[in-house]
Amino acid sequence: MIHEKIHTENMFLHYGSKLALNDISIQIPEKKVTAFIGPSGCGKSTFLRSLNRMNDLIDGVKIEGKILIDEINIYDKNIDVVTLRKKVGMVFQKSNPFAKSIYENVAYGPRINGVNDRKQLDEIVETALKNAAIWEEVKDRMNDSAMGLSGGQQQRLCIARTLAVNPEIVLMDEPASALDPLSTSKIEELIVQLKEKYTIVIVTHNMQQAARISDLTAFFYLGELIEFDKTKKIFTNPEKKQTEDYITGRFG
Amino acid sequence: MIKSFKKDIKGILIEGVTLSAALLIIAIVVVMITVIVIGGKEQISWDFLTKFPEDGMTKGGIFPAIYGTALLVIIMSVAAVPFGTITAIYLTEYAKENSIIAKTIRFAVRTLAVIPSIIYGLFGLGFFIKFVGTQMDSTFLGGQLKWGQPNILWASLTMALLTLPVVIVSVEEALKTVPKDLRAASLALGATKWQTIWKVVIPGSISGIMTGTILAVSRGAGEVAPILFTGVAYYVATLPASLSDQFMVLGYHIYVMTTQSANVDKTMPIQFGTTLVLLALTFILNISAIILRYRIRQKKTD
Repeated sequence: MIHEKIHTENMFLHYGSKLALNDISIQIPEKKVTAFIGPSGCGKSTFLRSLNRMNDLIDGVKIEGKILIDEINIYDKNIDVVTLRKKVGMVFQKSNPFAKSIYENVAYGPRINGVNDRKQLDEIVETALKNAAIWEEVKDRMNDSAMGLSGGQQQRLCIARTLAVNPEIVLMDEPASALDPLSTSKIEELIVQLKEKYTIVIVTHNMQQAARISDLTAFFYLGELIEFDKTKKIFTNPEKKQTEDYITGRFG
Repeated sequence: MIKSFKKDIKGILIEGVTLSAALLIIAIVVVMITVIVIGGKEQISWDFLTKFPEDGMTKGGIFPAIYGTALLVIIMSVAAVPFGTITAIYLTEYAKENSIIAKTIRFAVRTLAVIPSIIYGLFGLGFFIKFVGTQMDSTFLGGQLKWGQPNILWASLTMALLTLPVVIVSVEEALKTVPKDLRAASLALGATKWQTIWKVVIPGSISGIMTGTILAVSRGAGEVAPILFTGVAYYVATLPASLSDQFMVLGYHIYVMTTQSANVDKTMPIQFGTTLVLLALTFILNISAIILRYRIRQKKTD
C-alpha cells in the first residue's frame, strides 16, 4: 500500500460568493508525480494553491472540508503556515527569481531558516542546484545576477531555490508553460528525477506533458474533480465521458 | 471642391494660441534662470560659500545659511524618511486595499499634502514649541526656558511633517514596483511576512525610497514658511551646536536681505548669489532624483 501524502475530503472553496471548488476528495500518493489537467478556470490551480495555503493571501477565499498532509489538517487553527510552506514548496508558472545573485537566490530559504554558516550554505546551495540539474551551467558564475539567466535556467533556479528548503512536497503551477520546447523537456526530465525524493504535484495545460511525466492524473472541470486515476488509464481508457472528450480534444 | 482647400483659419488660430501659451512657459524659465545666473555668478566664490556675513550682512559669505539648510534637511530626513517609509509599508503590505483604516490614512496624507505651508509653521509653534517644548522645560528643567522657544529641532520636525506626504507617496509607489510574484516566491519558501518585506520588498525598492527622500529634501530645502516661527533666525553669529539652537537658512536669508536689510541695494549681489546657490542646490537634488528614477525604470525593463 502506497502512503497517501496528501488527502482531501469534501473540500469546498469559495471566492466571495462564487463556488470555485466543489466537493474535492482526492488521495495523492507519496513520491509520485501527480498531474492536474483541465480547461482554464476549472479550479486546478486554485486547488494546488490550497495545498500550501497560498490562497490565504487572496481576500475573500473561504475553504471548508479537510485537507490533510501526512494526516494532519493543514487548515487547523494551530497550524503554522510558515512551517507548512517549508514542507510544501511551490514553483510558479512564471519564473520569479529574486533580483539577487544566483547563489543568494538559492541560499534565501536556508538563510531565513537561520542557516548562516558559509560552509553549510555552500553545501546546501550546491546540492540544490545539482538536484535541479542546473549546477553545471551556473557553478562558475554563482555571484552573477539571476536575472541574466535564460527563462529555462531561471525556472530551474527557482526549482533549486525551492529544493534548498528541503521540502517533502513540491507543487508546480504550469512550470514550463512559458518556456521553449528544449527548456520544457529539461524541466520534464528533472521532474521525473525529482520524484525519487519528493512528492510532486503539477498543474499543466499540456496534456502530452501530463502523459509523459505523471504517474497519476486528475481531471478537473468546472470546479469539480471528474476523474482521478493512473495516467495510463486516464489517457487510454477513461471512465467518464467528459474526461474522454477533453483528452481527445473535443473541448477545452 | 474648392471649399476643402480653404484654410482652416480657426484651427490655425487655436494652435497658435496654445503654442504661445506653451512658449511663454519656456520664456519664463529661461528669463528666470538667466537673470539669476547673470546676477549671481560674479558673487560666487570660495569665500562667499565659506565665510560668515560681515558688515551688517552687506558683505562676506553665506556659510551659516548653507550649513543651516543642510542641517535642517538632514534632521528633517532622519525624522520623515523612517516614519514615512513605515507608514507606506503599512499601507502597501499590511492594510487591505479598501479597508476603512487604509482609506482614512490615505485621506489624511492627501490632506497633509494640500495644507498651506504657513499653517505647518503655526502648528509647529503651537504644538512643538508651546506644548511639547514648554512641557519639557517644566518637567526636566524646572521651568527654565530651553526647549520652549524656536530652535533647529522644532523647525526640522515641522518641516518633516510638511514633507511626510511626499515621502509616503513616493515610497508607496516604490514598494508597488516590486512584483507580487516575488512576494509569493518568498512566502512559498516559508518566509514570514516581515522577512519578505525586509529581504525582498525593501531591497527591491531601495532606489525608489531614495528618490522619494531626495524629492522630500529638495522640497524642504526651498521652503521657508514652516520654519518662520519655529527656529530660523535673521542672523546668528555662531553655527548651531545643539538641537536647541537657532539657525540660518538660505531661503530666509534671501527674504531678510530683500526686506529687512538697512541697505537693500547694497545687498543686491548677495541676494543674487544666495538665490543662485539655493537654486543650484534644489536643481542638483531634483536631477539626482530623476537619474535615480530613470535607473529604476531601466532596471525594471531589463
